[in-house]
Amino acid sequence: MTKKKLLIIGNGMAGVRTIEEILERNSHQYEITIIGEETYTNYNRIMLSNVLQKKMTVDEIVTNPLQWYEDNGITLIHHDPAIRLDPQAKQVVTADGQCIHYDKCIIATGSRSFILPIEGAELAGVLGFRTIDDTLQMIEQAKQYKRAAVIGGGLLGLEAAKGLVDQGMEVTVVHLEKWLMETQLNEPAGNLLKKDLEKQGIRFLMEKKTTRILGTSRVEGLEFSDGSTLEADLVIMAVGIRPVTGLAKDAGLHVERGIVVDDFMATSAADVYAVGECAQHNKTIYGLVAPLYEQGKVLADLLAHRPTDGYKGSTVSTSLKVSGCDLFSAGIIRESDDVKGIEAYNGLNNSYKKLFIRDNRIVGIVLYGDTSEENRYYKMLRNGTDIAALNPVTLLAAADEEAGASVAQWDDTDTVCGCNGVTKGTIVNAIHAQQLTSVADVVRCTKAGNSCGKCKPMIGELLSHVLGDKVALAPTGICGCTDLTRDDIVLQIHEKGLKTSKDVFRELGFRNAEGCSKCRPAINFYLNVTFPNEHQDEKESRYVNERMHGNIQKNGSFSVIPRMRGGKTTPQQLLKIAQVAEKYNVPLVKVTGSQRIGLYGVNKEDLPAMWEELDMTSASAYAKAVRSVKTCVGANFCRFGTQDSMGLGIKLEERYEYIDTPHKFKMGVSACPRSCVESGVKDFGVIGVENGFQIYIGGNGGTEVKEATLLTTVETEQEVIDLCGAMLQYYRKTGNYAERTAPWLERLGFEHVKSVLLNPEQSKALLAELDAAVAGKRKDPWTEIRSNEHKEQELYTVGRG
Amino acid sequence: MGTTQVKQKVFVANFAELPPRIGREIVVDGLKIAVFRLSDDRIKAIGGACPHKQGPLAEGIVAGEYVFCPLHEYKVSLIDGKVQEPDDGCVATYDTLVEEDKVYVLV
Repeated sequence: MTKKKLLIIGNGMAGVRTIEEILERNSHQYEITIIGEETYTNYNRIMLSNVLQKKMTVDEIVTNPLQWYEDNGITLIHHDPAIRLDPQAKQVVTADGQCIHYDKCIIATGSRSFILPIEGAELAGVLGFRTIDDTLQMIEQAKQYKRAAVIGGGLLGLEAAKGLVDQGMEVTVVHLEKWLMETQLNEPAGNLLKKDLEKQGIRFLMEKKTTRILGTSRVEGLEFSDGSTLEADLVIMAVGIRPVTGLAKDAGLHVERGIVVDDFMATSAADVYAVGECAQHNKTIYGLVAPLYEQGKVLADLLAHRPTDGYKGSTVSTSLKVSGCDLFSAGIIRESDDVKGIEAYNGLNNSYKKLFIRDNRIVGIVLYGDTSEENRYYKMLRNGTDIAALNPVTLLAAADEEAGASVAQWDDTDTVCGCNGVTKGTIVNAIHAQQLTSVADVVRCTKAGNSCGKCKPMIGELLSHVLGDKVALAPTGICGCTDLTRDDIVLQIHEKGLKTSKDVFRELGFRNAEGCSKCRPAINFYLNVTFPNEHQDEKESRYVNERMHGNIQKNGSFSVIPRMRGGKTTPQQLLKIAQVAEKYNVPLVKVTGSQRIGLYGVNKEDLPAMWEELDMTSASAYAKAVRSVKTCVGANFCRFGTQDSMGLGIKLEERYEYIDTPHKFKMGVSACPRSCVESGVKDFGVIGVENGFQIYIGGNGGTEVKEATLLTTVETEQEVIDLCGAMLQYYRKTGNYAERTAPWLERLGFEHVKSVLLNPEQSKALLAELDAAVAGKRKDPWTEIRSNEHKEQELYTVGRG
Repeated sequence: MGTTQVKQKVFVANFAELPPRIGREIVVDGLKIAVFRLSDDRIKAIGGACPHKQGPLAEGIVAGEYVFCPLHEYKVSLIDGKVQEPDDGCVATYDTLVEEDKVYVLV
């Protein structure tokens, strides 16, 4: 029997999700073809703002790689938009001229950013924020230009604005209305949001109507209806979206604002359906993900000949992906004759909540600042709970026991993932039936958590609840070459006495005989730590930075950052650095984030000669190793200083420099609790106090800011230095390669690490072990290479043909 | 009448100067070529710039018959120059020659 042909126009979230639902119901029923105009496979558009805010990479937001299409026998017509639909002949033609016949067709063309039809809208530097390409362009342009204007203070505009701030731009949001996100928030909440975003560096021009975009070839600014202007060299249009309906309209389908569909997602043409942002159901077009998925389920049931009640419209809820601005909005948020509100504002923590009530039932929710009760209220809203028994104070009061209870206590019918409409029962069943052991597994099998991801912690809780300790045992290989974990590998290195990477790969059955770029540096590190004397460090397994002793830059050039212990330098050093920088035409001289001077953009061939002329040592500013120690000027000069922070910083650096660690290890020493060097976000931070030194560990100022935890207070410098060594060795022995101390501390548990480090015997043993492991190895690599002509030639030659 | 392009034989290094699995870049008329000695002593040469963001492939980690670009870990075959999935693209490949312990690339 030949299969029916199912064609989907649109390779976005709604279309592909519908296909996934169909495949789940019956994977053999249709021969499936997807037509997409973008160059990427299906990705999670919601996460684009995380890419812009540097929280995720493009690779991470791709939900279905090419393999998925292959595995499911789906033909993907890529980067080739459909241009004509002929419902009579039942065929679709693409821009490249391919003609595809179908038995059933789903239009899922989504929407585009609405570009205001004003003068200058076509100028270079005016972008929408809708696709990976838009996002990459924004990231690229943020490198060259400084001032961005975002037109539109809605959800997307604000996420774009925050992202551009994170990309280093000065950002002004221009908004037509009186307050931000006016469709989701009321005025008080909108104003609180504005204040918080201003603190994050975003500027606002409210109640401004943009009438013209200024500029000749590239955008130079905006002009408003009141005649005022704003300078800008990048403009993001985030004033809304417009359904893509051209194809349907040309084919004669009934189209209003969107493609009109009935409760079964059927359009006015036979065997043609529409889902997602291009579809208009009951006068409504949805621009959020949850409704699209609900529509997809209905259509999948229909196409797989399963019973379905049809689509009845959706209640939507919104949250904003900007850290520090927790908000939640759902349902009807305007008061009217029959909708009344009760609200509470807490000036102490700047939080606000308002519930909208009709006939004793919650019909709308606005929460700002504290969203911990969103599940409680949203559940009441969806279930239509009668709240007559609760007085307003009880309703607004902090969560009672039931509401605060963990997800484990929820009913099976309660929704955990709002985006994908996945209930607790579905997740628990999947964990049992398919023996799932990790959050990633659950996401893959149930789709819960694969959109905005906010519910992943709850999925984790459910896993622990169902499986108990087994969760931790979930096998996760360190890379694609093996299913073994770091612990398995290190254990076997010990047990089998493996002394080379080659042995590890062979004995432990790695799928690739020489590993890959992920496991090679890791295995080399584990071998170095386990058998410091027997294992020969493998240069060919070091990442280029650690092989060349400079940080590789985007154009293939390198950086030269000489060591200045404790950040202390001399006029002679500065003169020399200046001379060398000038002689070698160094494109950029910059003071680094950790108080050193960096020379950037150096050719590989020039490295050894520059090191020679500088006659300084390497600051290891490129290595997974002990880094520079940042210090404040301290008691010798500062009127607040209680200790010689600079002196201690220099001693720490001298004592532990050139020691490899699982990831970079940053230190700071402040001379008083004002903590000018930000000791509270260092892997090892010291704060001098009158009677000694406070030691903080596990802080991180990077991707995820983590405050360090106070380990202890000691009296002498020597105690600080010894504790640092003990921590270094414990981190080296137990850390996963590329794991910073913050997640390491979280994984091992602070109390555990504390008990080890503060146990005098264990601490002493660790320090001795460290000293033995690195004896004779803490050498300046620059000096080594300068003194070894052979090595220099081997590594730093570029052939000229 | 067809024309035969005469290939240029470009000296890279003495064989012993090329450590296994550490690349060597050569520049021929402005063209970057990355030359590698594999673990089994075969010599392979491919275009030196990754098709993604022009990362210097000569500086990448070499595993088996592949090199990983140091900038964003694109995995490139040293045999046919193809970028491996999930990424795509390719770089040129060049014939190599070892004569009397001297390594050459044919360009």
